[in-house]
Amino acid sequence: MVRLFGPLVGLFFAVALLWSFGVGAIQAIREPEPATAAHEFYKHPKEVEFSFNGPFGKFDRAQLQRGFQVYKEVCSNCHSLKQIAFRNLTDLGYSEPEVKAIAKQWGTKAKTFDAKTGDAGERDNTPADHIPAVYYAGTGNPPDLSLITKARHEGPEYVYSLLTGYTDQPAELLKKFPDAKTPEGLHYNPYFANLNIAMPAPLTDGQVTYADGTKATVDQEAKDVAAFLTWTAEPKLEKRKQTGWAVLGFLLAATVLAYLAKKNVWANAH
Amino acid sequence: MSFPWANEYKPGHPLMQWLDEKLPLPRFVYNAVGAGYPVPRNLNYMWNFGVLAGFCLMLQIVTGVILAMHYAANAGVAFDSVEHIMRDVNWGWMLRYAHANGASAFFVVVYIHIFRGFFYSSYKAPREMIWLLGVVIFLLMMATAFMGYVLPWGQMSFWGAKVITGLFSAIPLIGDPLQQWLLGGFAPDNAALNRFFSLHFLLPFVIAGVIILHIWALHIPGSSNPTGIEVKQESDTVPFHPYYTAKDGFGLGIFLILYCAVLFFAPNMLGHPDNYIAANPLSTPAHIVPEWYFWPFYAILRAFTADFFFIPAKLMGVLAMFSAILVWFFLPWLDTSPVRSGHYRPLFRKFFWILLVDVIVLGYCGGSPAETKYVLISQIAATYYFLHFLVILPLVSSIEKPEPLPFSITEAVLGKDEGAVLNATPAAA
Repeated sequence: MVRLFGPLVGLFFAVALLWSFGVGAIQAIREPEPATAAHEFYKHPKEVEFSFNGPFGKFDRAQLQRGFQVYKEVCSNCHSLKQIAFRNLTDLGYSEPEVKAIAKQWGTKAKTFDAKTGDAGERDNTPADHIPAVYYAGTGNPPDLSLITKARHEGPEYVYSLLTGYTDQPAELLKKFPDAKTPEGLHYNPYFANLNIAMPAPLTDGQVTYADGTKATVDQEAKDVAAFLTWTAEPKLEKRKQTGWAVLGFLLAATVLAYLAKKNVWANAH
Repeated sequence: MSFPWANEYKPGHPLMQWLDEKLPLPRFVYNAVGAGYPVPRNLNYMWNFGVLAGFCLMLQIVTGVILAMHYAANAGVAFDSVEHIMRDVNWGWMLRYAHANGASAFFVVVYIHIFRGFFYSSYKAPREMIWLLGVVIFLLMMATAFMGYVLPWGQMSFWGAKVITGLFSAIPLIGDPLQQWLLGGFAPDNAALNRFFSLHFLLPFVIAGVIILHIWALHIPGSSNPTGIEVKQESDTVPFHPYYTAKDGFGLGIFLILYCAVLFFAPNMLGHPDNYIAANPLSTPAHIVPEWYFWPFYAILRAFTADFFFIPAKLMGVLAMFSAILVWFFLPWLDTSPVRSGHYRPLFRKFFWILLVDVIVLGYCGGSPAETKYVLISQIAATYYFLHFLVILPLVSSIEKPEPLPFSITEAVLGKDEGAVLNATPAAA
């Protein structure tokens, strides 16, 4: 039975697949998939040297603090960071009183609700609070940035490339794809998947004043905020890599012992 | 259930004697994975992967049970509860990465285990039942992994659930109501998430049960081996313990090194970035792709792009995708060659390697965007896949002239077999 029906079923699927192949191939020859501007002008993120790259990588605390400053003074106008609580900022090297002060001085206050009177109100943030949500009324839909570097391919490089990648639309693009002109209200950026992003270039030279005297170029600001957003997405990165080395060291030693034990047991059996 | 020369369990301590009379559990373990189970002496490292698969299941159950203590299966908070595990639960990041990459490791190990079975024809009589149970385990694993991937409630979770349950809507007449019944609604939402969590917790224990049957069925004829010839005498075997416990221990060490290297240094390599975006029913991802271990079957599903007579393309794709696995159930009766091992089957061996490359090509296409060139390639690759199992294997079995087999396992290992000449007093291993 199996030897009778098996080949018939096999041929049934094979013929159906070749039918699909034929129909698809003819269509592909008759009307090839049109090239798109996004396909041809999209750029992969630039290569960036970050201190946290590689198996021994560590965060640069001063860079994380600079990146936090960029987030606080620029990004946080539109983007929320809801996975991060103020207490987490001690990881960046801030002391507890400093974190308390950062929370207290945060522009958006914590919302309160009095269950007895039904009154809504506000109070200062405390270290236990998460960074308050941002409600953006303009066009576009600014994503929460907590996980952005894990939610994009090559996330830290992507954030850096996007922030430094704003240019005018290349003349070549418009010549080849006259319909692909960047629409009103959007901004051309070859590192964005469909080339046109709602966010205008957010960073300018000297937009923030770094307390540690680092020169605040667009390049530096972008790199710092990309590093900061890597920390927000993966705060346990350093611990993970350190643990990894301890685990691998143990496993290597155990595996050598296991190999010797195996050799010993099998000595007479080969 | 074993060979006559198997070591017998002899409890030494009075307590163990007492236990052996009341509940002979130590005897059971001794006969199953101890010195009481004689195993062919010539197993290579391809025979390590059954033990590794069992290890992966236990790893998944241990990490999964702890994760479930911190996870909240509610569409409103599921995504944030996973981030809570990653940030605020002690060692939660390690548990979650161990579990997510553990699923991938489980599939790597099981795919090698399955292809070992293909090459050495481990499915042939008298081991058909072991193979059938193995295919059942694989199907259960796929269901479990799919539902587990939905739980973080990211974009790929949500849209993956929508696409995969959407497959059932291809069934004529009852398709749409069936999909709604499966999801508990018109789209994946809280009802779907809750039942997926419940089943994701349940199924691993069902898998564990079927694994017990799988091993039980294995112990009746005993393990196969790289020559494919049956055990004839005591010198063909060694006791499982200490020989294969030692060998599998070393294999486990190598496995753990590779697994931990990924877990600690590239934990997101095998995942999709979109699953770090919370589920959003209003925003469809540019490319919906399942996890890598489903890619070959996903490619087969997408390969049917044209209606075939009166059968809609979508239904053909669904039928083909399920058939691609169901065909494994019939393998013992499709491959009728009396020789098991691919080592002695020159023609079969060539087609085996073509199949391996074919499945990798299918996987590559399944993970790529549904552009014309990938679809066309996967149509050819899927054609070969079905022809391989259903047409080529039966044909090869009948026309192939196998190479000569060694007389016994002992001869294959030592080049001489004194035990075989005498055949009365088998040489000690």
